[in-house]
This record gives sequence, structure tokens and C-alpha cells, in this order.
Amino acid sequence: MIMPQVLLDGFASDNVLGWIIQLAFFLVFVVFMFYGNRIQTYIMVREVEGSLIRLRLMRDEGRKIAVDTIKELGKPQGDPTARIDQFLEYFAISPVSLDPAGVIWRLEHLLDVRDVRFKDDVKLMAPQADETQTNNLENMLEAALALNIIYKVIRHYYIFGKKTLSLYIIMQLQMILPLIMREAEAYASALKAFTHGQPIGDGAGALVAAKLMRGYEKTKVEKDIVVAKVPIEGRTAYVLKAEGPGANVGKPGEAIKQIIEQNDGKISLALVIDAGLKLEGEKPGEVAEGVGVAIGGPETEKYKVEEGALKHKVPVNAIIIKEDVGDAVSPMRKEIFDAGDEAIQRIKRLILERTKEGDSIIIAGVGNTIGIGQ
Amino acid sequence: MGEKMSESVSQERKISPIFLAIVLVVLLLSLLAIYQGIEAYMNNDLSSGNLFITMGITTLALLTYMVFQTRRRVLRLTAGMPMQPLITTIECPKCGMKNIRDFQRGDYIFKETEQQCPKCNEKMNIASIYREVKEKRKEAPYS
Repeated sequence: MIMPQVLLDGFASDNVLGWIIQLAFFLVFVVFMFYGNRIQTYIMVREVEGSLIRLRLMRDEGRKIAVDTIKELGKPQGDPTARIDQFLEYFAISPVSLDPAGVIWRLEHLLDVRDVRFKDDVKLMAPQADETQTNNLENMLEAALALNIIYKVIRHYYIFGKKTLSLYIIMQLQMILPLIMREAEAYASALKAFTHGQPIGDGAGALVAAKLMRGYEKTKVEKDIVVAKVPIEGRTAYVLKAEGPGANVGKPGEAIKQIIEQNDGKISLALVIDAGLKLEGEKPGEVAEGVGVAIGGPETEKYKVEEGALKHKVPVNAIIIKEDVGDAVSPMRKEIFDAGDEAIQRIKRLILERTKEGDSIIIAGVGNTIGIGQ
Repeated sequence: MGEKMSESVSQERKISPIFLAIVLVVLLLSLLAIYQGIEAYMNNDLSSGNLFITMGITTLALLTYMVFQTRRRVLRLTAGMPMQPLITTIECPKCGMKNIRDFQRGDYIFKETEQQCPKCNEKMNIASIYREVKEKRKEAPYS
């Protein structure tokens, strides 16, 4: 035991360094015994502070990109900055769910009002932008809005935790931060994609539908949805997607419901193709199939399909193209683009297995169709 | 809001005085330990010399690591949002000839471009737009 002996020598002799080390050791021991939790809190606060600075950086850069793009594409007469700042503070209050009867329709009404309000605001900010650009700008501003909200909520809990010096508030915040940072990075990436009108991972379903309906006559149906009657393997397929190439998701649920009604419920299969979240360890672009309505978002569209399918006993199948949350809102990866062809093969196989010649079917490509024509 | 951007970056890049003080004190102590170690060697006290030299060098190494880590953290936090390069593939619908270029604003999948096919003079279409991601890590054994 050389070390303790040498250190003890420090006390016994004139070894100044030994004294200093001994003193430092006792000080550290005492400080950690009484202030361990507080030191841990300070370390966590510092970590949260770093992420908060990164979030502020992303929020500010997003806002700058939004202002520059609106000035460039919209050519407004005045400075749109003040209006953009107002937009970034926009909020929507969800409907009362205490009495759940009719909540879907009330939610849909609120979403419609929000959508109209956003579009009107964008048109006022960017009067020279065409329809595609208006849709892209609207989505870009929504991404900037999301970054602003994330920053403000994290800042709220950071200040609150710092004020109370509560280890538990700070700890919860620090534990959830990696997920929040990942989401924020995804929004920042989405913002750039919307600015340039680039196709994003979420458009995987729309891409599959676009590939199927290419070369056939399209008609515009329910809000921003296009439908084409496509003969596939001797069946008549109603292929639908949101109208591109602007950022658009449309109302695919309403369109599917309408097609079922128009055909008096004589639809032998409804197939919904969408991007689905992958689990860690799975590869992006993997294709999986199942049953149910693969439509994300606020679930109003999903509800309509389920209701229509139940009324006419239409079997609903789903095909998903797997990707993570970052890929869903970032420019489309090659693996996801290539997965479109595999999804088409699966669609054809499902049609052959589950329907007869002469049947009518619905194929809905769901997702944001930015950067994807038809 | 916009003016605050550079402010927040410089705020994060600024070195904390407490951090600087800790670094200086630890640096001083480690140098002292090395000096003490050398002195012990000169007095033929090998055990004390080994201990002090080991302590000094380890502390110096840890300190350097800490400073580099802090610097890396600052760079990571203040890094901008990089633009991901996208590839646009233009294809001739008649002969299938392909042309690859960088994405340009206004490109979208299935757009008919003004570019004509050098072989058959047909107008070419945009067949695909995507980004290629190079995976950094090797395939995990559990995948």
C-alpha cells in the first residue's frame, strides 16, 4: 500500500503537496456528502442549457429561412417579418372531449378553419406565390412554428427547474431531451425541404399512387385529392393521392368514403399505402403489410374510412413503408424511393390473392405529396 | 429574434470563468505533482516519485480530454443546419436514357422538363429525386 503511506507522510512531514491533496480529498468528500444532489442538478441544468441554445439556434435559423423565402417567392410590398412573427405564435385549441359524441366532426371543423386561416395568412404574406408555392410556404411556416413551440416549452421547464432547483423537474427534462432534440432536428430538416419543394419521406405512399396512376386521366375529388381509374390485373382500381407537387395531404379519408358510396359499397378491397414509423434496428424502406387504415395525423380521415368500410363491409388492408421520424420529414432517402417498386409488387399480389377479375378496388397513397407530381 | 442568433452562438462559445478557474487550478496542481515527482526521483525516493509522476500525468491527460470534450460540445451545439444534397434523375420516356444532376428548385417527380434527349429529341421527365445516405456504422450483429 504505497499510496496511503505516501499520502500520510504528507501529514507527518513538510510535504506541502501531500497536505494540499489531503485537504482537497476531504473537501471533495464533504462537499459531495452535503451537496451531491445539487451538483448533479447543476450538471443537468448545464446539459439542458446546451440543448436549449441549440434549439434557439434552430428556431432562429428557421425563422430567418422563412422570412427570406417569403420575400423571395412572395415578393410582398412591405416587410413580412412582423406578420411571420405573429404566425409563429399561432395556437389551436382542441375540442372538448368530455362528451365524446361528435368530437371527430368538431375536430375536423377546427382543422378546416386552421387550414383556411393558414392559407389566407400565407397569401397575404406572399401575394405573388403560385398555388404550389403557397402550399410549400404554409408547410414551411408550420415547421418554423413547431420549432418555436418546442423551444418555448423547453425554455419554460428549464427556467422553472432552475428557479425551484428541483432535481426531479430537471431530471425529467434531461431524460426526454434526446427525443425532443431528434424531433427538432427533423423539423429543421423538413423546413429546408419545404422551402425548396423537395419530396420528403412521408410522401412514400403518394409516390406509389403517383407511379400507378401515371398516364391515366385524373379527376379532382374531395379537397386536394386526385383520382384515376386504372386497370390492374383485370380489376378496376380507383387510385388516389393528394394533388402535387405542392405540399399537400388532402382528405384521403373523405375521398375513399365518397368512392365507396359512389360504387354503392361494391368495392372488394380498399388498400391504403403510407409511410410508417420503423423501430430501431429495422432498415429504412422495409415494406410491411397488414389490415386497418394506415392514415396518420389527427385521425379524422382514418375515422371516415373505418366508418365507410364498416357500413359496406369493405375489407381494408394496409401497406407501410418503414422509416424513422427524421426520415419522414427529411428529403426522401433512396431506400424509401426504391421501396415504392416493392410496394407496387405487393399491391399486385394482394389484388390477385384477395379479389376476382372485374372487381372494383381502391388504392390510396397517403402522405405529404410535396415534390411529387402525378 | 434574428439578432439574437449570433448572440446565442457567441454566448455558448464564451468560456465560463468558473470552468477556466478549475482548469487553471487543476493544471497548477498537476504541474506541482510532476515537479514533486522529479524532486523525489532526484532524492532517490522511487515510490514517491512514481506516485507523483503518475498523478501529475494522469491529471494532465484528464484535463486535456475535458478541454477537448468541452470544445467538441460547443462546436456540436453551434453547428448550423446542413443542406442535404439531393439527386435528380432525368429520363427519356422513349429510349430510357438517364441523366443525373443535382436537385434544382422547381424540380418534382414526373415533371416534364425542357431538356431534350440527345438521342431521340424527346422531352425528358424527372424520374426520381432522392438523397443517398452513407451509413457510418458497420452492420450490427443483432440486425
